[in-house]
Amino acid sequence: MAWFSKKQPRISRPEEDEARPSRMQGLWVKCEECSEIIYRPEIEKNLNVCPNCGHHMPWPARARLAAVLDPDSFEELDRELEPQDPLGFMDSKRYRDRLKATRKNLDEADAFISGLGRIEGTQVSVGCFLFEFMGGSMGSVVGEKVTRVFERARERNLPAIIFSASGGARMQEGIFSLMQMAKTSAAIARFREVRKPYISVLLHPTTGGVAASFSWLGDVILAEPKALIGFAGPRVIEQTIRQKLPEGFQRSEFLLDHGMIDAIVPRKELRQKLGQLLGLLA
Amino acid sequence: MAIATTYALDFERPLIELERKIDELKALSQSGASDFTAEIARLEKKAKRLQSEIFSDLSRWQVVQLSRHPARPYFLDYVQHLFTDFFELEGDRRFAADAAIVGGFARFDGEPVLVIGHQKGRSTKENMQRNFGMPRPEGYRKAQRLMKLAERFRRPIFTFVDTPGAYPGLGAEERGQAEAIAVCLETMSGLTVPVITTVVGEGGSGGALAIGVGNRVLMLENSVYSVISPEGCASILWRDGSRADKAADAMKLTARDLHGFKIIDEVIPEPPGGAHRDPAKMAESVGKSLRKHLSQLKQLSPEALVDDRYRKFRAMGVFLDNA
Ligand SMILES: [Zn+2]
Repeated sequence: MAWFSKKQPRISRPEEDEARPSRMQGLWVKCEECSEIIYRPEIEKNLNVCPNCGHHMPWPARARLAAVLDPDSFEELDRELEPQDPLGFMDSKRYRDRLKATRKNLDEADAFISGLGRIEGTQVSVGCFLFEFMGGSMGSVVGEKVTRVFERARERNLPAIIFSASGGARMQEGIFSLMQMAKTSAAIARFREVRKPYISVLLHPTTGGVAASFSWLGDVILAEPKALIGFAGPRVIEQTIRQKLPEGFQRSEFLLDHGMIDAIVPRKELRQKLGQLLGLLA
Repeated sequence: MAIATTYALDFERPLIELERKIDELKALSQSGASDFTAEIARLEKKAKRLQSEIFSDLSRWQVVQLSRHPARPYFLDYVQHLFTDFFELEGDRRFAADAAIVGGFARFDGEPVLVIGHQKGRSTKENMQRNFGMPRPEGYRKAQRLMKLAERFRRPIFTFVDTPGAYPGLGAEERGQAEAIAVCLETMSGLTVPVITTVVGEGGSGGALAIGVGNRVLMLENSVYSVISPEGCASILWRDGSRADKAADAMKLTARDLHGFKIIDEVIPEPPGGAHRDPAKMAESVGKSLRKHLSQLKQLSPEALVDDRYRKFRAMGVFLDNA
């Protein structure tokens, strides 16, 4: 796991990964796309991209940041923020308990990590979703952290980069989650004054209130191959129009065709492409 | 604005039946058949009591039903009551006209302003045309265009929210529904003119918020505002959309709830029995609130208006900061 910087206190270590229920468990991983069984270290070396078919598997946020940013350059900020339960929300489980369990399981407080880092020497204000934390849903903590990414960028005159992977607003925080869409978008409006680029990188999947706010407001919008990106989830659309969606609908390639994003960037080229864009715009 | 509908919600029915009886007796009295004055007085008293019984303790789900009542006044009803000289502007200049969002310039107390609102249909035909008040990207792009126009001409903006949500359709996705909403949010946050949002019915998620980034956000007493519809919430949580009543309670989505959370600035009381029972009176109350807030906001400079709006939304969210 060469991309894990030694200075990261909360990087997932292999023994933690073992305890985590995930498709990435064990020494062998089956590719969802081509069904090839692959030796796990082989995939990790390949940035969680299937060496056989190129399928982009989920890539943990900390590993992504460590690999995309210059070595040891990531300084995490706003780690002190913790979610609350303003509605006293309960479904089959109390939201409070769900948070506690997820936190214990992942050793993360919420679904977003952020701070400062460098890409090819350029300092950036950066953030990345943790999709494994309640589907990367955006509640008050995620909204606040995203807002601070743009406020920090504005104060320090830096470019901003956000990697999104989220099912949308977090239902369990109700109206507070919805309002994070306005809050984050307003922070971007202010950030625009400093004339630094905001690069939004859309990962699989990015939908709902996250897609419909800061994620789609990038000066440049990149996407990983075959990521599902859209406002409504495919199931909701199918129920509404009462027909099956065409193959490839709402995927990165479809969005590129429709002029809704700027480029599709395979993971292996991500660091280089971001560096190139920063060179051109920052 | 006489509303030609006999539609009644389950919990309204006993009241409506009683009122029908009173009307019948009144008609009989008038025809001179016999004198029912005493009986009418007794029933009217009973109706009043029944009304306050039903409406003093509405469940959240009942409020959701009232917010969607087919006879509830819609955006254009408020336009008719509160504004003069309305000139609708329909074009998004991109792809199509979207009748689910209506916008145009008009006068409020004689002063030119912009009004924008979601618009549901009264009839099946009109609902087809207005897509049940569910906008496509074109509606949001029209709203952006009109809001920028209003800013350029320094006209205050009134938005009226009443939608089940942005339309989740094939074409809407193809043409960038998420982008259209996102740009609305950013555009509104930077407007240098006063913006007052009133939720008059359903505030359905991002499709509602897209025209809801106001310096002031007001809600009618029986309106709702939520991150997802109660049905959608229930079908995700319990895989059963029919438990929407439970979801409504879990999400705390009424005007009173949101006022308690300090998400909105004011709850505008509705006439007894709900806005649909007396649309003219309802509009009068809305007008009074709009007038009050507009006169406050007009004291602010363009920069102060942007600041005021930024601070308002910046402060939204509940979390623990251990720093
Ligand atoms: Zn494969």
